[in-house]
Amino acid sequence: MSETKILKVEDIHKRFGDNEILKGITFEMAKGETKVIIGSSGAGKSSLLRCINQLTPPDRGRVWLDGEEVTHHKKSISGFRQRMGMVFQEFNLFDHLTALGNVMIGLTRVKGLHKAEARKRALHELERVGLADRADLYPAQLSGGQKQRTSIARALAMDPDLILFDEPTSALDPELIGEVLEVIKKLADGGMTMLIVTHEIGFARSVADEIIFLEAGTILEQGPPEELFLRPKYARTRKFLHKITELYGD
Amino acid sequence: MSFWTFSTDILLLPVLKGTLVTLQLILLSVLPQFLIGNIIAAGRVYGSRSLSFACRLFVGFFRGTPLLIQLFILYYGLPSIGIYLEPMTAAVIGFSLCGGAYMSEYIRGAIQSIRQGQMQAALSLGMSRIKAIVYITFPQTLRRALPGCSNEVVYLIKYSSLAFMVTCLELTGEGKIIASRYFRYTQVFIVVGAVYLILVTIATRLLALLEKKLEIPGLEVSRH
Amino acid sequence: MLKEILQFMPMLPYLLQGALITLALVAGALAVGFGLGLPMALGQVYAGKAARRLIGLYIWFFRGLPVLILLFLFYFGLFSLFKLNLAAFPAAILVLGLRSAAYQSQIFRGSIQSLGQGQMLAARAMGMDTLRAIWYVILPQTLRVSIPSWSNEYCILLKDSAVTYAIGVMEILTRGNFIATRTYQPMPIFLICAAIFIVLTYGGTRLLHNLERKVSIPGFEERGGGKLA
Repeated sequence: MSETKILKVEDIHKRFGDNEILKGITFEMAKGETKVIIGSSGAGKSSLLRCINQLTPPDRGRVWLDGEEVTHHKKSISGFRQRMGMVFQEFNLFDHLTALGNVMIGLTRVKGLHKAEARKRALHELERVGLADRADLYPAQLSGGQKQRTSIARALAMDPDLILFDEPTSALDPELIGEVLEVIKKLADGGMTMLIVTHEIGFARSVADEIIFLEAGTILEQGPPEELFLRPKYARTRKFLHKITELYGD
Repeated sequence: MSFWTFSTDILLLPVLKGTLVTLQLILLSVLPQFLIGNIIAAGRVYGSRSLSFACRLFVGFFRGTPLLIQLFILYYGLPSIGIYLEPMTAAVIGFSLCGGAYMSEYIRGAIQSIRQGQMQAALSLGMSRIKAIVYITFPQTLRRALPGCSNEVVYLIKYSSLAFMVTCLELTGEGKIIASRYFRYTQVFIVVGAVYLILVTIATRLLALLEKKLEIPGLEVSRH
Repeated sequence: MLKEILQFMPMLPYLLQGALITLALVAGALAVGFGLGLPMALGQVYAGKAARRLIGLYIWFFRGLPVLILLFLFYFGLFSLFKLNLAAFPAAILVLGLRSAAYQSQIFRGSIQSLGQGQMLAARAMGMDTLRAIWYVILPQTLRVSIPSWSNEYCILLKDSAVTYAIGVMEILTRGNFIATRTYQPMPIFLICAAIFIVLTYGGTRLLHNLERKVSIPGFEERGGGKLA
């Protein structure tokens, strides 16, 4: 292989109590790729993302970021997390900081930049997501879509190698979903490596280089969107895609 | 002697002296109270099983027994095991420990009210756990716990009067001495009481101002 | 230390008699506080402006002053001024009770207000006059909702009862001090006293908690916008 894969995930297992949620997940991502993970609720999609950035360390399995192993290296995990951005379903903005403050804090407190520099960079990121005019508002004063875009800006400010999206639009009212998806699409076009968990099937089709279908803790199928949608290998895949297209539309 | 001559000639100086000592007691105890409150709360929320349990015992003792007994133990009891404390020292230590235990409950409630997701977001940005606690959890905890802790400060002003019971001559003490010497209890304690009312009212206003200053829209502080 | 504590066991009955005094103090103060505090709360919610002002003044006074000052002021000063010759024990109950009334009125006022306007409106719409509405509709709910805060007031009064040492009431601390000064062993004695208080505090809280469960109405907390909301 001529290029190192940005992300390599090997044989991830995770169990919660009696339930084995992830039963051996293996896949890779190249730089600039956008992969979308789909699957029914409880299939372990969110847990997988958290195993990758070790927020919930996997029971078994290994993760590599750009050739360096992430798992089992408790001490340097902060360093790795700086290079992996995460966008949460519930936004998780810091309530005591303005939008600008939220984007800046990673730069000042983790990367150690000077306040002025951090401010400039933070404003730039907020502009990228279309929120420069809302910089001085607090999370409570922002709409759901604005909150999520801010959290994307917060992740972008860290210059990550890849960004993990955990159902970024599931907590949003329908009319606010579009603005967030637009931002994500822009990032994809710009060459950002992204691993997205979502229900938005139409969006997945348009933005994904590859779709991974997670079912009962394993990867049932994966492939480019057209392949998965038009010629799914398994009946279960077809059933799921059919149901979700019905529910969430195109 | 009339009310006014008595008040100015005899009462004024001791009352001022006593008020100064009272203010000393209060100012020396506020910060340690808050510090101890944070340490105990952090121990209970973030600590190991045994640390958390020890903190629970600490809080249980200081909230389950009268402040006066705690002061007595510190001032009259400790000498029997070789520790001799000055009255003011004993009082300040007693106030700090007791108030700290009460504050720790407000702070603990505040910490637990902050959603887990914020910690996760902080970690995913690459912050260490400690950094996350300092820059993300604490600023919010502070605001949420402020009403409760302000309450404690007002209580401190009132309970500082108990320092007299361990021979520290603060406002109440000075008043009692004058009152018993001249048999003018009502008059003396009306004046002394007025001073406490003024102190309490000023403190309440100042703390309300502090709350307003730290206010952040959306970060609701719940009043108890 | 354990040895020293054990050697004081024969003194326990003497101390426990003090505990009875303490409990009597607390019970008396709670009763006085209730008898005054509940009407004050009702006054604050339903009465006219002048009444509310007066009640507010009372509360400001009794909440702003230290317990010790109140005890000194009333027992040594005001009572003799008004020719009220009360012994220390009843005086203490009165003073603690008057103070507790100020705090209890706030508890009950909060509870009444948490019920919302709807309850009173519905009662009046049925034809009840204000007094009857209060008795049959507002009070039963208010009292239930107030139990947790009232339980807190019990704890506070229990601890404040020790301050009556200053006017010579023969409660736990006074008796403990009596023994300590005669045996020159303050530490074990005060620790025993502390232990007695802890038992009274947590025992009482447990009892009140059971009371709360016994009189609770299913679904009540949710309706009031409580934790389950």
